[in-house]
Amino acid sequence: MSILIDRNTRVMTQGITGKTGQFHTRTSRAYANGKACYVAGVHPTRAGENFEGIPIYASVRDAKAQTGANVSVIYVPPAGAAGAIWEAVEADLDLVICITEGIPVRDMIRVRERMRQEHRRTRLVGPNCPGVITPDELKIGIMPGHIHKKGRVGVVSRSGTLTYEAVGQLSELGIGQSSAVGIGGDPVNGMKHVDVMKLFNDDPDTDAVIMIGEIGGSDEEDAARWVKGNMKKPVVGFIAGITAPPGKRMGHAGAIISGGKGTAQAKLEVMEDCGITVTRNPAEMGKTLKRVLR
Amino acid sequence: MKIHEYQGKELFRKYGVATPRGIPCFTVDEAVGAAKKLGGSVWVVKAQIHAGGRGKGGGVKVAKSADEVRARAKQILGMQLVTHQTGPEGQRVRRLLVEEGADIATELYVGMVVDRGTQRVALMASSEGGMDIEEVAAHHPEKIHTVFIDSLRGLTDSEAEGVARKIGIPDSALPEARALLQALYRCFDECDASLAEINPLILTGDGGVLALDAKLNFDDNALFRHPEIVAMRDLDEEDPLEIEASKFDLSYISLDGTIGCMVNGAGLAMATMDTIKLFGGEPANFLDVGGGATTEKVTAAFKIMLSNPKVKAILVNIFGGIMKCDTIAEGVVAAAREVHLAVPLVVRMKGTNEDLGKKILKDSGLPIISADNMAQAAQRVVAALKGPARTKAARKRSAPNKKAAAKKKRAPAKKKGEAPGKKRPQPTRPKQRTAAKNKPAAKKKRAAKKVKKAKKAKKK
Repeated sequence: MSILIDRNTRVMTQGITGKTGQFHTRTSRAYANGKACYVAGVHPTRAGENFEGIPIYASVRDAKAQTGANVSVIYVPPAGAAGAIWEAVEADLDLVICITEGIPVRDMIRVRERMRQEHRRTRLVGPNCPGVITPDELKIGIMPGHIHKKGRVGVVSRSGTLTYEAVGQLSELGIGQSSAVGIGGDPVNGMKHVDVMKLFNDDPDTDAVIMIGEIGGSDEEDAARWVKGNMKKPVVGFIAGITAPPGKRMGHAGAIISGGKGTAQAKLEVMEDCGITVTRNPAEMGKTLKRVLR
Repeated sequence: MKIHEYQGKELFRKYGVATPRGIPCFTVDEAVGAAKKLGGSVWVVKAQIHAGGRGKGGGVKVAKSADEVRARAKQILGMQLVTHQTGPEGQRVRRLLVEEGADIATELYVGMVVDRGTQRVALMASSEGGMDIEEVAAHHPEKIHTVFIDSLRGLTDSEAEGVARKIGIPDSALPEARALLQALYRCFDECDASLAEINPLILTGDGGVLALDAKLNFDDNALFRHPEIVAMRDLDEEDPLEIEASKFDLSYISLDGTIGCMVNGAGLAMATMDTIKLFGGEPANFLDVGGGATTEKVTAAFKIMLSNPKVKAILVNIFGGIMKCDTIAEGVVAAAREVHLAVPLVVRMKGTNEDLGKKILKDSGLPIISADNMAQAAQRVVAALKGPARTKAARKRSAPNKKAAAKKKRAPAKKKGEAPGKKRPQPTRPKQRTAAKNKPAAKKKRAAKKVKKAKKAKKK
């Protein structure tokens, strides 16, 4: 088992005609069961064409109806990305993974508002995220597949390369991953740490979780509080940005410290109070997890 | 992106947020002329810089005659204005806003910001205007009233009136206050703002409602659809290195330490900075080269890092996922050659084609110190900084490196903070009242051209 995606997932790519969408669809398809899992692409005016054998449909609804795809991955450029998310939500997919970076916050606020008000069941991961991978089964996103190793540790993170760093450390220590989820660095996004944590808690094939956060917001604190009352598995945590000066945006729009709230230090303290084993040294994420495992 | 107060007020007026009449000026003569044009007998001369705290820093003065306007303008224009948001070096004042004095009966506070928790725009209002809103939040949280706005519906009449009532706006002024708050939300929404603040919002002696200050920040991701806002960008207010970096699509932020870092990915970049600190060093910058680092990009990144005179060593940390380590290595070698690198360079590369990358670094003949993991990289760069004796690669370098005269003090690096409640300038509140005509847009046209901030989904 795993969370969110596995070998039985069927995926469509929105933005399959663009360079980025094509590149990553190709590499994802080459990973594990990708060949069977990637079944459709979407483009409003290119229906009937195909990308390296993957048929293209005019809409998400069509692609779902024709292929049974239940998950979408989005590489659509920022100006149209929120619209692409909404199309997938309206088509009632199970999961939408939006990789696109640089979507205006206003667009995301509106999409999220509609999803809430219409009680949509579709799960959204991202935007501005590396995607989701279940090692040896399916990769949806831009992460390097080969650093992963099948196993029983869950990884959830707001950042891309820092996720790879954690995964790389685990694999090097011989510790495999059940699934790794990048929830993205934007201030307004889909699934939060706590949402992913709940899935890992319920997943019989996950024994422990690494949670990686960043300065800004209070997602990590929310997750930590939930962990304290509910989590049955050990959790290791790291927060990037101890050295970040206040008021500066560090690459991610989300990573900005405003007015003393959301500092790395404050987050780490809450996490420790909630029973999460934290490390302040990002080079020790893997080792820290190894210690709590036995 | 940030804009000046006078630009914020221009936008406000466009949306129907009432402001005093005022005229932006670039010279002392213009300031005197502006006062004359505005008429009346009391004016306020306000320094226009992006940082807050201008009043306390002496950048806002009242004048009661043309001569006084001249004296004040002379005093403020060109001064190095130091506020808690500028850092100790201050910010040079190049523009003024001359406004007519207003008749202040009461000072209030209104702000809007994106709230991550509710994923909505939050309207915050308080009866405690003219003060640092963070102080209010800390000591009198009950005096801050918040509405989380439903973006599909907008700010409703009852929400706007409810908040206005709570902060003490009398019934007679409620319609006007409601209209102002709704106009402010429309402005925030349509302009893709990330922060809007009016501190203070005032009730005037004759019962009107007026925005005495204007602070507007914008979502960089949305600038592609707002050329008119991009045209307001004032490059004089920004760090030249950060501007240079943005041309190459690099995300760069100057800090106060001595170790330059170049990393791919924002999270890993922050984690790398943290590791440097953990081992006793101080990062000189944040620099995310992004996913598609080409040789040109890496070279540009090196040049930018090295143009900071405080940099005494460089740490490169790349997790090559999709990007291959050999490509990065070639970029690093080419860059190091081109800039005639004279400070120690530690490189940690991980991921695809790692061994090939390391070989390229080794065969280059350059004194590059290699590291296998982040901790080791940080330790080695800190050691290299402390003295040449510690590493053999450093020994090879002919130029004995400058001792770590650096590596100590690190003034709190807060610069022009953009936090919502970050201490606003609270000038000695003068009487203001103002004119509507402004026109200095031409001067910034050229600046606008340079800004091609429209971010693309560049993930390679």
